[in-house]
Parts: sequence; C-alpha cells; structure tokens
Amino acid sequence: MSEVREMAEQVFADAWDVEATGLDADLWKTLEQTGLARLTLPEEAGGSGGTFADWVAVATAAGQYAARVPLVETELAAWLLHAAGLEVPTGPLSVAVDEGSDTLHRVPWGRAVGGVVVPAGDRVSLVDPASAQVTEGTNVAEEPRDTLVGARVVAEGTAPSTVAVEFPLRAALGRSLLLAGAARAALAMSVRYATERVQFGRPIAKLQAIQQSLALAGAEVAAAEAASAAAAGEAQRVGFPEAALAVAAAKARCGEAAGEVARISHQVHGAIGFTREHSLRLATTRLWAWRDEDGSESRWNRLVGARAVEAGPGGLWALLTGTP
Amino acid sequence: MTDTMAKVPPLVPPPVELPERVAALRAEVRAFLAEELAADRWRPRADTWLSGWDERFSKELAARGWLGMTIPPEYGGHGRGALERYVVTEELLAAGAPVAAHWIADRQIGPSLLRFGTEEQRQAFLPGIARGEVYFGIGMSEPDSGSDLASVRSRAEPVDGGWELTGTKVWTSGAHRAHAFFALVRTSPKDETNRHAGLSQLIVELDSPGVTIRPIPLLTGAHHFNEVVFDKVFIPESRVLGEIGQGWHQVTSELAFERSGPERYLSTFPLLTALLREAHQVDEERLGGLVSRYWTLRRMSLAIAGALEAGQAPELAAAVVKDLGTRFENEVIDAARTLLPTAPDPGGTGYARLLAEAVLHAPGFTLRGGTNEVLRGITARGLGLR
Repeated sequence: MSEVREMAEQVFADAWDVEATGLDADLWKTLEQTGLARLTLPEEAGGSGGTFADWVAVATAAGQYAARVPLVETELAAWLLHAAGLEVPTGPLSVAVDEGSDTLHRVPWGRAVGGVVVPAGDRVSLVDPASAQVTEGTNVAEEPRDTLVGARVVAEGTAPSTVAVEFPLRAALGRSLLLAGAARAALAMSVRYATERVQFGRPIAKLQAIQQSLALAGAEVAAAEAASAAAAGEAQRVGFPEAALAVAAAKARCGEAAGEVARISHQVHGAIGFTREHSLRLATTRLWAWRDEDGSESRWNRLVGARAVEAGPGGLWALLTGTP
Repeated sequence: MTDTMAKVPPLVPPPVELPERVAALRAEVRAFLAEELAADRWRPRADTWLSGWDERFSKELAARGWLGMTIPPEYGGHGRGALERYVVTEELLAAGAPVAAHWIADRQIGPSLLRFGTEEQRQAFLPGIARGEVYFGIGMSEPDSGSDLASVRSRAEPVDGGWELTGTKVWTSGAHRAHAFFALVRTSPKDETNRHAGLSQLIVELDSPGVTIRPIPLLTGAHHFNEVVFDKVFIPESRVLGEIGQGWHQVTSELAFERSGPERYLSTFPLLTALLREAHQVDEERLGGLVSRYWTLRRMSLAIAGALEAGQAPELAAAVVKDLGTRFENEVIDAARTLLPTAPDPGGTGYARLLAEAVLHAPGFTLRGGTNEVLRGITARGLGLR
C-alpha cells in the first residue's frame, strides 16, 4: 500500500461520522495540513504535485468514508484556476456550470466554500458565493447543491481552449472514483452485517442466496474500481481529451455498478438499512446521487457509442485497445 | 464508527499498462489476421475457441512464434511473458479466428507441465505444443461430477509399471481430434473427512488401447463434446503428472489458467463487429453501453494477466471477471438480436447464421470452466462470507 493511500484511508476513516451534517471543518483542516487537498495541483501553485495514481487512492477513500467536504470540487477548481493563470486560494472551493445567466444551479457545497470557479469556453471566472443570493438545496445524499444568484466575479483569466472539453471529463473521473469508494463501503457494510445478523439459527452470510447476491455486488464493486482506476491511469498516460473514451466508459460503468450495489446492499440489510439511523445510507444515498452527477450512464454511453459508430466494424477493436 | 465495515480485500489487481514493446507484436498479429481474412481462409465466428478447429491455422500461428509463448526456449517455446501472450490471444479472439485446436494445450497444459511435469514429460509434449502439432483436451468432468469435481469416480489401480485406469469422462471438447488429456482420477478411496485427498492427474494419450471416444452432439448438432470411456487403460508410471495424491492442488492451479483469460468475455465479440457492419443505423447509447462494458472487462482481464506475469495466482479476481464476462457475453447476444430485425437462422448465411450459432452456444458460456454459481462461491469466500 502506498503512503498516500495509507494516509488517505486513515484521515477519512477517522472523520467517519454517521450523525454529523454540514461541512466537516476539522477534516478539511487535516486535508490542508496533510496535502491531500489540491493533491494534483503543482507544488509551485500551492498544491502537492501528486500523480493520478495518488488521486485514485485519495478520492476513492473520500467516497468510501462519505467525507463531508468538497474534495473533488476543490481539485477541479484549483486545476481550472491554475490553467487560467490565476492564483489558487486555500480553503474549500467549488465549481459550477455556466448557463449564460447570473444564476448558478446546484453548486456543490455552494453555501460553505470560499469561491466557486465557473468555466465558460476558455474563460475561467472565480466568483464569491458570499456576495450571492443563496438558495439551499441538496442531492439525495443530503450533500449541499445550492443555487447562487448574482455572485460577484473576483478574478478572471483565459485558459487553453481545451479546458472546455477537459472540465467535464475531469469532473466525471473524480465522480467515478467517489462512486467506486462508496460502492466498496456499501459492500463492506453488507458483508459485515451478513456475518453478524442471525436468522434461521445462523448468520445469514451462511445462506447461499446471500452469498450469491453479495458475490454479484462484489463483482460490481470490482468493475467500478477497475474502470475508474484504469481511466485515471489512461489520463495520466495520454492526457485528458485523449482519455475521453476511458473516462466516459468508467463513469458509465461506475454508474451501473452504483445502482446494483445499492440494491443488493439494501436487500441484504433488510428493514434496518432502510432507516435513517443506520449508516448504510451514507454509502447508498451517495451512490444514487453521484451516478447522476457529472453525467449519467446515458450521457457517457452516448459518447462511447458515437465513437464506436465512427470507428466502424473495422475500427471497433482498435478503439477498445487504444491502438490503431 | 468504521467498525460497521468488514475488511474487504482488493478484488482485482492494480491496472496494467501494456509495455511499448507489445505494440509491434500486436501490429504483426493484426497484419497476419488481415492477410488470412483477405484470402478468405476462414470466416469470423463466435466462440471459436470451442468450435473453430483449424490445424493449418494453429501451425501458422506456431510458425510465427505465437504458440507456447510463455514456454522456455529449451522446451521449444519462446520465453515471453504473460502480457505478450495476452496481446496475441485477445487479437485472435476479437477477430473470431479458429483457435480451438491448440487452445487448451497452449492455455493450461503448457503451464501445468512446466509446473508439475517431469523433465521427460516436458520434453515429450512441450515442443509439439509450441509447434502447433500436439493438441490436448480437458479430463475433469464425469457423468456424476460436474461442479463437484472432488466426487470423480474414475479410478486408477496400481499395476506393474504403472496404473490401470477405469471410468468415464464427459463433455470433453475436441477429444476426438486431440492427442491427450490430463485425467483427474481417484488413486485411493474417497475419505469423507478429506474429499480432496486421494486424487491424482494422469496424462492419458487418447489413442491408448482401452480408450473409447464417442460424440455427444451440442445443441447445434455439431460434434465438439465427447464421452471418453477408459476400460482398463494402462498408464505407465512415467505418465503420472506431478505427485500421486496431489491431484486436487494441481487441478486448482490448472483452473487458474483456464479461468483467467480474455476468452471469458470475448466469445461473442465477433457478433458485435458483424452488427456494426450490418446496421445502417444503430442506437448509439445502447451500443455505447456494450462498449463501455467491454472496455471495463478488458481492463480487468489485463490486470489479471499482469498478476500472472508477476507470478501470482489471482483466483478471486479470475472468478469475479469470469462471472462478469460470461454473463456479458450473453448480453451482447441480446443486444445483437434486438438492435437488428434479423432473426437467427442456423441454415442461413452471414449475420443470421452467426447469431444462430451464438444463441445456441450461449448456455455454455456460464458453465464451462466452473459454473458462475461456483465462481460466486469463490467470490463469497474471498469476501469472508464462508
């Protein structure tokens, strides 16, 4: 196990809390101190200069332990600001999609961050949420997804034109890693529960029906982990627009896995998992939220399908192997 | 609070990037396949690692150094790595090339002989395997032993100079054309307290006196399966593989090679290529869903090849990927059926025939090499449930 992975596991596991809500300020402070925040931003820009392999470990752990911080959003914001030659402030940041108006919809952690970065073509703006009218909302995991109206622009710059293509890909990769982590958490809780829950005079883990179901969930977790890690590897190797197929396939596959793992986990947990008091929801509600954020299976499979049609029967295998 | 989570081990080895050196190898294989297709020497089919028996083709591969790749040169092989072999096999499968003749020998017999065989056995079989001239079957299943392999009843009694073998093996693909197989047999009576003890593997040459081979037609009517009956077949001591009594351990190792390759998700890939050729317009989202799954399965399968290259035996990962991959092979058939109006037609040509063969071969995908239910049992054990 790499040092970064070990540290990330420990930091996020320590912050795991079933009851708490809202931004975990203590966790954020630790992320700043340990350099796990702004992980892949170059050191000269105030980051840790980490690799995408490190990013896999950190983002997956954040997903697994349901971290209440905008880790992925800050990573994206820092990358955008740096690409536009702007200074990257410390503290949690978020990102939003430009809709051509003064309204930013469903901004992750909008109420709790110091800045929101909005790319529009090759223009990158940093806006101040404190100056906006904020309408609070959430996703199904109760993570803040707020609407900001009239946020003031505090910095602006121009980035290479590729950021417009890269931004959704980087966002989808980050989300895929979170999904893989949450899927592992749901599986790990289900395995734990099945070995402890006694029915018919024995732990339900001894029932073949339960074993077969959890093996199916295990296979889905494996697929999500393998796809998201391989996509990150591909991005590291060839860069972002080139890794589009890998990232698209990974987000779509993680999205599919999310639904199946959540379904099986709830089935194994029975009624207790369907209650608010039980920790399973920290994983499964995130699986349901994140599979639709930064592009659902539908969006990314359409991109992959279009590439396949373009490749045609003679080029399909070459597309899959990435070797023309 | 995190004590609500069980410790779940890594399920798949870390991702593997193929080394640059394999790019040239891949290009050579593709050029060879293009040449063969242009000359119309065979037509791409689904599930050719079961049904595409073509000894000429196997010898052509051997002549190019693409059989016995991981066998050391002193046994006629090429001393290359698992990842290089992976690249060759995935190219052949994706193209729907006829690879059945050499498949089992190349995949699992070579590695087993290297691991458990005597020097004489290696010299006797490995060079022929690498030349594409010696073919093997699999001698595991019996009429009363499928998933429960430890219940095999074929038995060998010690006789002067060797063993006398009696019993029956079934579902033996290619036994009517293969030269030999490893028979998993009982060499001492079953001990109910240790069911895996008393098993051994014998190398049975299929033209030995007392061996009778009868066809068992598949759903398609085609002859691939056989019943192999042993009536007091003499097996010389020199044809015991590994150690007497170690059959279970050895067969488990053999299964690791049998279960872990790209043929566990690519059997119906030629159908998807044909679909793209046939369709004027296709539902891109649905097609993309298939391609995303192929992409993921390939990365998982490659990760396993990487672990094999590193000398590991990734039993859990192989079970997981085979379960996912073989179910997916069936999903591809469903997509191919419903994305085009063409109905499967075994007597037809082109797409209709390809589809019919895929439909009729499909039940085997999730049975051979260990049923998916058995594989999920392995996964469940890996998860700590049993």
